[in-house]
Amino acid sequence: MLIQLSWIDFLLLAIYAVFTLGVGFALKRSINSSDDFFLSGRSIPAWITGLAFLSANLGAQEVIGMAASGAKYGMMTSHFYWVGAVPAMVFVGVFMIPFYYGSKARSVPEYLKMRFDEKTRGLNAVSFAVMTIFSSGISMYAMGLLLESLLGWNHHFSIWFSGAFVLAYILLGGLTSAIYNEVLQFFLIVAGFIPLVFLGLRDVGGWAGLTARLEKVSTSNGYGPGAYTKAWAYMGSADQNPMGVEWFGLVMGLGFVLSFGYWCTDFLVVQRAMAANSMSAARRTPLIAAVPKMLFPFLVILPGMIAIALTYQSGSSSFALPKKLDGTFNYDLAIPMMMVQYFPSGMLGLGLTALLASFMSGMAGNVTAFNTVWTYDIYQAYIKKDGDDKHYLNVGRQATVFGIVASVGAAYLAASFNNIMDMLQLVFAFVNAPLFATFMLGMFWKRATGHGAFTGLLSGTIAAAIHHGLTLPGHAVVGIKGGWLGAIKMYPSEMAQNFWTAIWAWSTCFVVTIIVSLLTKPKPGSELKGLVYSLTPKQSEEGLSWYQKPGIVGIGVLVLIVILNLIFL
Amino acid sequence: MEFDIRLPIGLMFAIFGTVLATYGLLSDPSIYQRSLGINMNLNWGAVLLISGFVLLYFGRRAGAKS
Repeated sequence: MLIQLSWIDFLLLAIYAVFTLGVGFALKRSINSSDDFFLSGRSIPAWITGLAFLSANLGAQEVIGMAASGAKYGMMTSHFYWVGAVPAMVFVGVFMIPFYYGSKARSVPEYLKMRFDEKTRGLNAVSFAVMTIFSSGISMYAMGLLLESLLGWNHHFSIWFSGAFVLAYILLGGLTSAIYNEVLQFFLIVAGFIPLVFLGLRDVGGWAGLTARLEKVSTSNGYGPGAYTKAWAYMGSADQNPMGVEWFGLVMGLGFVLSFGYWCTDFLVVQRAMAANSMSAARRTPLIAAVPKMLFPFLVILPGMIAIALTYQSGSSSFALPKKLDGTFNYDLAIPMMMVQYFPSGMLGLGLTALLASFMSGMAGNVTAFNTVWTYDIYQAYIKKDGDDKHYLNVGRQATVFGIVASVGAAYLAASFNNIMDMLQLVFAFVNAPLFATFMLGMFWKRATGHGAFTGLLSGTIAAAIHHGLTLPGHAVVGIKGGWLGAIKMYPSEMAQNFWTAIWAWSTCFVVTIIVSLLTKPKPGSELKGLVYSLTPKQSEEGLSWYQKPGIVGIGVLVLIVILNLIFL
Repeated sequence: MEFDIRLPIGLMFAIFGTVLATYGLLSDPSIYQRSLGINMNLNWGAVLLISGFVLLYFGRRAGAKS
């Protein structure tokens, strides 16, 4: 089914494009040094970095993938926000940003060099660079595919065109350009999704109609009646819920390991906090982001739940999720098909603009993080140490071009998983899961050494790979989904396998780092000032109002998150 | 920082709102069958227009202060 866009839809898309590039041109004047290009000159107020912190992660994987998971797993998908992201965001703001921002490191790998040593930084920088390229490629691929199936646009054209578009605005305005577009995209997503949820809920007969239909979905899939509408009630054992995970694997794997690993150590998001104009603003960045973040399930997960509910029992419209050739539901089409269903010409243009903006800024976020890590942590560290600032600014611009081209390459590789989220979780599990153990020990245990961190990270990543190689999610064939070392354990779902891969990686890294650290010589305390908790003077909060104090805001956010979990228990 | 981000976003939302609401007033009502009989272009266009002005107002006020 191909949708014909009308001139009004193209008009809205064109207005968006003009504004995006216009902002880039307006910012061009303010880019004079590499610091301006990579760190926005550390000059951005907290509410902007906060929204950018949130939106940098709000790319293809979020809007399409979360709705897909909402349709696949129901209300339990909210765990990605209410167990995963939000507590981790509070932790990074209250406890970790002081070290990132205070150490004046220009990137997360650079912090690792200050705290540990060169090889730990190198390992992190290279693996991060590869990961960002992949994430960026995945969002390009998703967009190309979507536009092709929906609008009949050639996906090669979509991929190359969006690459060129993002390239243009990052080259013009650097990180500031990316951050500004992330804020713009935040507002666009809200503007495009509220009417979608409104119309969907109206069609399904409100919350009552939705729960009644989802009960039918639950029971016809062999689960208890509330399995799609309750977040916790069916988490007792893995076979009671559609996600196929029990509460322990979820809380430890997703909550503690994967989410903390992502939100606390991923330079893509941390970079936004580093661009803030003061320590207090940097610490509030993730906390400000956490407030809209906890409400996002209602914008991105709810549409997926509505989509599956209407598929089992239609409402006043004839909406149903489309199926793939093999007869399974095409969950990734939940959002786009709902837009096509409910939005008339005009609104459809707005919805499409919101989706495109989120694809673009997801890609831009990755590319800005990539060019910084490449320039400071790979090029300056290993290739040319003594260039002047102008030279590194140029290298950064070249790295941007390279990053985009490599993403396009990755986009062509990214075709084998049916749910984008699962693939990202797999990548994160290998690379990010051990990372959080390294940072935790690095920031809170002054005895941790560089050799310890390096061997810990390496063995954590290897442990992840081995675990993945030895296990298999139910019904999957041996290969990219696991089992390539011989499947000795079966998990009920891919999700469960990913969470447990993360748990194994984290634990291995934690234990190995401690053992090797105790056997090797630590850095003297004088070199660790500002990098480790016990050797850093406490942040003075004098003269700040209560809402500027990270501790108080953090507690407030956690209280709200507990309430949300209780409501949807 | 060169300029307040609320200004371009506010302006863009105001333009989006104007375009959508105008289209909503002039378009054939039968296209609103898909949006369950509600003229979403007109209604949501008006909301966007107002949000755009709110953003512009705060952006300008912040600019005037500094």
